[in-house]
Amino acid sequence: MSGDSLWSIFLNACLINNFVLAYFLGLCPFLGVSGQLATATRMGGAVSFVMLVSSVCAFGIQWVLVALDAPYLRLISFIVVIASTVQLVEMFIKKTSPALFRSLGIFLPLITTNCAILGLALFQTNKGFDFLECIAYALGAGAGFTLALLLMAGLREKLALDEVPDLVRGTALSLALAGLLSIVFMGFAGLGG
Amino acid sequence: MSAQPAPIVAEPPPPTWPMLRAMVGVGLLCGILIATTFLATRPTIERNQAEALQRAVFDVIPKARSSETYLWLEEGRFEAVGEDARREGPRVHAGYDAEGRLVGVAIEASGMGYQDVIRVLYGYAPDAAAVVGMRVLESRETPGLGDRIETDAAFVANFEALDVSLEPAADGAMRIAHPIEAVKSGSKQNPWEIDGITGATISAQAIANILRRSSSDWIPRIQQRLDDFQRGES
Amino acid sequence: MEAPDTTAMGAEEFWKGLWKENPVFVQVLGMCPALAVSNTARNALAMGLATLFVLTASNAVISLVRHVVPKQVRIATYILVIATFVTLVDMGIQAISLDLHKALGAFISLIVANCLILGRAEAFASRHGLGASLLDALGMGAGFTVALLSLGAVREILGAGTLFGLPVLPAAFEPWVVMLLPSGGFLTLAGWLLVFNAFEQRRARASAPEAREVPG
Repeated sequence: MSGDSLWSIFLNACLINNFVLAYFLGLCPFLGVSGQLATATRMGGAVSFVMLVSSVCAFGIQWVLVALDAPYLRLISFIVVIASTVQLVEMFIKKTSPALFRSLGIFLPLITTNCAILGLALFQTNKGFDFLECIAYALGAGAGFTLALLLMAGLREKLALDEVPDLVRGTALSLALAGLLSIVFMGFAGLGG
Repeated sequence: MSAQPAPIVAEPPPPTWPMLRAMVGVGLLCGILIATTFLATRPTIERNQAEALQRAVFDVIPKARSSETYLWLEEGRFEAVGEDARREGPRVHAGYDAEGRLVGVAIEASGMGYQDVIRVLYGYAPDAAAVVGMRVLESRETPGLGDRIETDAAFVANFEALDVSLEPAADGAMRIAHPIEAVKSGSKQNPWEIDGITGATISAQAIANILRRSSSDWIPRIQQRLDDFQRGES
Repeated sequence: MEAPDTTAMGAEEFWKGLWKENPVFVQVLGMCPALAVSNTARNALAMGLATLFVLTASNAVISLVRHVVPKQVRIATYILVIATFVTLVDMGIQAISLDLHKALGAFISLIVANCLILGRAEAFASRHGLGASLLDALGMGAGFTVALLSLGAVREILGAGTLFGLPVLPAAFEPWVVMLLPSGGFLTLAGWLLVFNAFEQRRARASAPEAREVPG
């Protein structure tokens, strides 16, 4: 994967192959917490943060597993290590910065083994990124997730005031919106070329 | 996990022993299961992978009847991987005909396409000094448009004879005389040009870029170290 | 909870997953790793069956060990068990067909993050015996597979004019490429939800005057 600048990796993860809109990862929080802009912002922050932590963890695990020649333990160790690291970080934040904990804290347990987090760990390993590339990829994925979540929340806040047939209200409407957003994001393809 | 209600109620500290016992027990069970399945499936998986690789190599070097993988070593020579398939490093796959003569070298290359990274394998025939076959290994290009780099017969035919002959550069090293480039569909004039695809300009361009970069790295190396690939005497 | 008629009870455990509590169309669970590979019927079926296997196997194990695992470490245990079976499936698919493994890619591993599986483990298998848990898992898994297959079939028919790779529409049909793209996945799922909602509404209106919330 040489020749790809860090910036193009960031753009790729953020816009071209947005985790939510192109890979369908992290749909549960995407549909669940996109009702209000304020909550969505905090959720986005929490997910980006956990992505960064787990990206670093996954890089370390992969290094150890290659050294041990034990690829079959990858999935299990990703899950266990990422979940426990996030727990540790959660405790650490709770002690050092209660304000930060209040804004991110309640979301952390929800997303420790979320598909977007695990997907990030698996994709970066499959793509064979080095350490800096992993960080760029994690930042891009986090920014992309937050962006998608914010766009969705903005739309849904408006929609809440509109008259919509009963039949469509709820998840179906959110999914249709996500589909349209996904078409919009297709316009970003080619940016990295 | 969203499906799990978080128990916030304070509880008396649990006894350590049952917890430890349960975790270790379940962990042991899981470990045994994984290890057994891994050992049971590994031969099949490795055979499948080797077969898939060989099919791909034969695909891009039409004359090949057998193949062998070579590593490119730091000190500037190729060495057969042999039994130890796990060795790391940049690698190429040499193809031989029925008499054991080298007929081509298959090289893997990758680069950014329209949507995501495209990975290709292409075959280089030293006799013809040309690319003799190309196959897309992995791509997420738009179905119906960009994926014509795989499905469009006219485009794929571009790679049956694509000139990559070498010439000496000013500093004495060898380099590709005419770097591969993509031209507008239907305007191919020279043997080193790739006829593009209308409606998939970027994807076709991406393939040309990938091949150009990779060929200017690999082909001088291969051409200089052709003896490394000879079979029999080692 | 304990019904005297165990056969009827068992059948109920199985059928609820297929229709009344269909994990995808009614509970909208576990879509994350599944939507991405529902672009063709074949991939959707494979993903559904893989999930069915993981769900059944892990439900069975969890139901068996439910008395020896203290509740403080139960989630950790569940995740461990689920991750094990996902690893097994991953290796199994690689051994059966590399092409299929390539098409599904990292999404097989992502079954582990499927909320449906942990959800059933926590809500059902940890409280019921082996038989009931197996039936529940089979029903939910079958419901998931059927749902995924109906997504994949619609997307493949409209997006490529084929079903399981065989042409089903006349050649004059111009494929809707958008159905194969990610947005097609969202739109197809939204469409199926509408169909289900419509059924539910009609039934609710027919059976009882009480207003019924649209699930979501």
